[in-house]
Amino acid sequence: MNAQIIRVFGVIVVLFTLLIVWTTRWTVLEASSLNSNSLNRLTLIADLRIKRGRILAADGTTVLAQSVPAAGGTWSRYYPTKQLFAQPVGYLRASQGQAAGLERSDGADLRGLQTGLSSVFGQLSSNPVGDDVYTTLDPKAQQVAAQQLNGQAGSIVALDPRTGAIKAMYSNPTYDDNNPPFGSKDPNLTTFNRATQAGYPPGSTFKVVTAAAALDSGQFSPNSTVNGNSPVTISGVPLSNDNNQSFGPVDLTTALTYSVNTVWAQVGVQLGIPTMTNYMQRFGFYAKPPVDLPPVELSASAPFAPGSIKPYPPGSGREDIGRIGIGQGGLRVTPLQMAMVVAAVANGGKLMVPHLTARVVNPDGVTVKTINPNVYNQVMKPSTAQALTQMMTKVVEEGTGTAAQIGGVSVAGKTGTAEIGTQGSGLTEPWFIGFAPVDHPTVAVAVTVDKTQGGFGGTVAAPMASQVIQTLLSEGH
Amino acid sequence: MRARNRELFLLIPASLLVTAGFAGVFIQRSNVISNVSLTYGAIFLGLCLAGHIFLRITMPNADPFLFPLLAVLACFGVVMIYRIDPTLARQQAQWFVLGLVLMALTIIFFRDYRKLERYRYTIVAVSLGLLVLPRLPGIGYAANGAYLGVRIPGLFVFQPPEFAKIGLVIFLASYLRDTRQVLVMGGRRILGVTLPPIKHLGPIVVIWGLAMGILVLLSDIGTSMMFYGGLLAILYVATGRLSFVVIGALAFALGAWYLGTHIPHVHARFDDWLHTFDPSVYNGNKHNPVGSYQVANGVFAQAAGGLFGQGFGQSILTLPGGGPLIPFPQTDMIYAVITDELGLFGAVAVLVVYLLFIARGFKIATIARDSFSTLLATGLAAMFAIQVFVIVGGVTRVIPLTGVTLPFISYGGSSIVANCVLLALLLLISDRARRPTGP
Repeated sequence: MNAQIIRVFGVIVVLFTLLIVWTTRWTVLEASSLNSNSLNRLTLIADLRIKRGRILAADGTTVLAQSVPAAGGTWSRYYPTKQLFAQPVGYLRASQGQAAGLERSDGADLRGLQTGLSSVFGQLSSNPVGDDVYTTLDPKAQQVAAQQLNGQAGSIVALDPRTGAIKAMYSNPTYDDNNPPFGSKDPNLTTFNRATQAGYPPGSTFKVVTAAAALDSGQFSPNSTVNGNSPVTISGVPLSNDNNQSFGPVDLTTALTYSVNTVWAQVGVQLGIPTMTNYMQRFGFYAKPPVDLPPVELSASAPFAPGSIKPYPPGSGREDIGRIGIGQGGLRVTPLQMAMVVAAVANGGKLMVPHLTARVVNPDGVTVKTINPNVYNQVMKPSTAQALTQMMTKVVEEGTGTAAQIGGVSVAGKTGTAEIGTQGSGLTEPWFIGFAPVDHPTVAVAVTVDKTQGGFGGTVAAPMASQVIQTLLSEGH
Repeated sequence: MRARNRELFLLIPASLLVTAGFAGVFIQRSNVISNVSLTYGAIFLGLCLAGHIFLRITMPNADPFLFPLLAVLACFGVVMIYRIDPTLARQQAQWFVLGLVLMALTIIFFRDYRKLERYRYTIVAVSLGLLVLPRLPGIGYAANGAYLGVRIPGLFVFQPPEFAKIGLVIFLASYLRDTRQVLVMGGRRILGVTLPPIKHLGPIVVIWGLAMGILVLLSDIGTSMMFYGGLLAILYVATGRLSFVVIGALAFALGAWYLGTHIPHVHARFDDWLHTFDPSVYNGNKHNPVGSYQVANGVFAQAAGGLFGQGFGQSILTLPGGGPLIPFPQTDMIYAVITDELGLFGAVAVLVVYLLFIARGFKIATIARDSFSTLLATGLAAMFAIQVFVIVGGVTRVIPLTGVTLPFISYGGSSIVANCVLLALLLLISDRARRPTGP
């Protein structure tokens, strides 16, 4: 019987070999795909045991996000500033695998150097701590932005044109990031970040882009005269000025100061689609803004076909370039994009990459990463930017943007009032984009208010921009 | 070296393992080596020493490797269970004491284990009765859809199949000792395979019927496979007829396939096995309410372990909001926890220890002096081996996952006690076989 016994044992050895092969399969051969399987929550739960670093404001003392002890040796996130910074800071719900804002885009830094190194002796540290992220956000400016919007739907973005550092990014409606309103049916409870995700018609603020293209291409100068009579036929359809006012032949400076639609539409047509597209792309249109937020929270600014959810491909012949030249023609833009437009003018034509993260500091207090200013694009020649600045200064001095004036500081800017909703509804989207001081700009801002009843950019948005600019200037920016 | 001295010597690694293991868990918990860890180690060492002294007195010639291998597995098991839940570890330690007592009683009362043969019909009746118990209303209960347990409220909970497996092995070994000569006679050769006469197919038909009965009754393919494999091994060794094995394997596959597709619970386990990571199966559905959540998370835990594992006490077993991430980590899924914490190397080491234990069992079968002893040792070793294969194979997705325990390591009184009795029988056979003959 011994031969049979040995054979039976042989079979057992084969069976055990199968066990070893299969264990090898899971632990080694297929481990990485299993570790990244969407059903696998181990990495997420392991993350809960890491004391993520804090997110701080630019002053280094205002805490925007911090870890607090939770059950079972895990940590949860607490956001002391709640609604005020919810959109840029975002939230983390690790147990549900959900994250947004800087919590998501700076997740690797906030987790710190947890490389998942393990050994026979266990993990190197059983109390992992992540790095602190210092942002560029200014608590005072953010506060003023919230006060100025005063509960109205809309968005304010302020940045330093010299570096691209975002000083304020506030939108209404906002939410408490300690309790993100997932699946809420209330449209006023949303994690939607209007500053980077919403597509608004920019109205006349877009004339800054048209003007930049006109001057920088050499086809126009600030003194070039264009017939400002109303109406004119653009793309086969009559286009008129406000109140159908005719200005006669006016130079471009005057046309910008008083926001003459017919002039800028004709300029757009004369520049043509290729030139306009070229300059729009230089400003960052047609692409998601290069800011350090998760890509899903960013929208590209571009002209859209009526009723379409997809923008025209850049340079599409179907674009109504005349109306695009005055901020119509299906243009939908983010407030951040308009802040980038005005920042480029303010910084001598050099557009800096906008960013929210300033530096990363490890638990020992050592700065491990600093975000240096990066050039996104030289949008226009410095001389063009200078000429455009003079034109925009006129807007605030004597044109549509006088409400943005600040005593003792000269401000340059452009108003916009887009008509939205159905014809005759009277609903408008007031805008103001501007920067100061004019001779050495340190603050650039974009303000928009959503769906006002007949509000104008010059009366609704310009005073808000003025307050935000004043706040930042008074803080020494 | 004499057998018992060798045994004593081999107990040293077991005691070192348990002490080191507890120390590891304690360091992970609180960054200190509390003297409790050393106490646990000392208690286990004391128990093993007591067992050794008992064996030294009663059975000086018994196999010297089996008991230390049991000690290694049991000590390792207690450390793993302690790491999962300290309360369970204390209970497991008590079960281990009871197991050792039962081992001693078996050795004392069945010193001449061949007298078991006299009670073979009683034993088989009791064993079959045990298998039916979990379906009796009032006391039987189902876990995860399989009927493997009996609960007498307020008194105890136990798993009858763990005991029935020993009884059935004893019966078949005894029965085949008498009839094996008859079973190999006659037969015709067809295509080079000797086919036994139809009437000799009796035993295999009975075993097959038993396995299918278990499958229908208990809804558990793992237990069915364990019984069938163990008993088929005895039949093969007794008759030397490969045709029995071939016919038997085919018949089992056919029966398992047919019943697997017709018993909803068994079908669901096949579903979990084949489509583990399908989200609709993972979360359970209309036809499969439990879902493959357990299997999938067991595999994820193994993947997290990698080559070297995350270290004792480092694997994640609970959800942040409380509740288990892997259901039944201390019983069904303990192999996944081992792999997570000690990696591929640790898991293979455990399998090698089992293989050594099984090898000793078969070795005893080859040196036994009578055919009852040989068949008994073969059956016990094969049953033990297939039990390990069924549960580890289930956790590693070689086969569908079913609820049998990992012998000596998994938490569970029935498992520990029954396998201690199994060990006692193997020791008894080896003592008899290795006893010097004549004056």
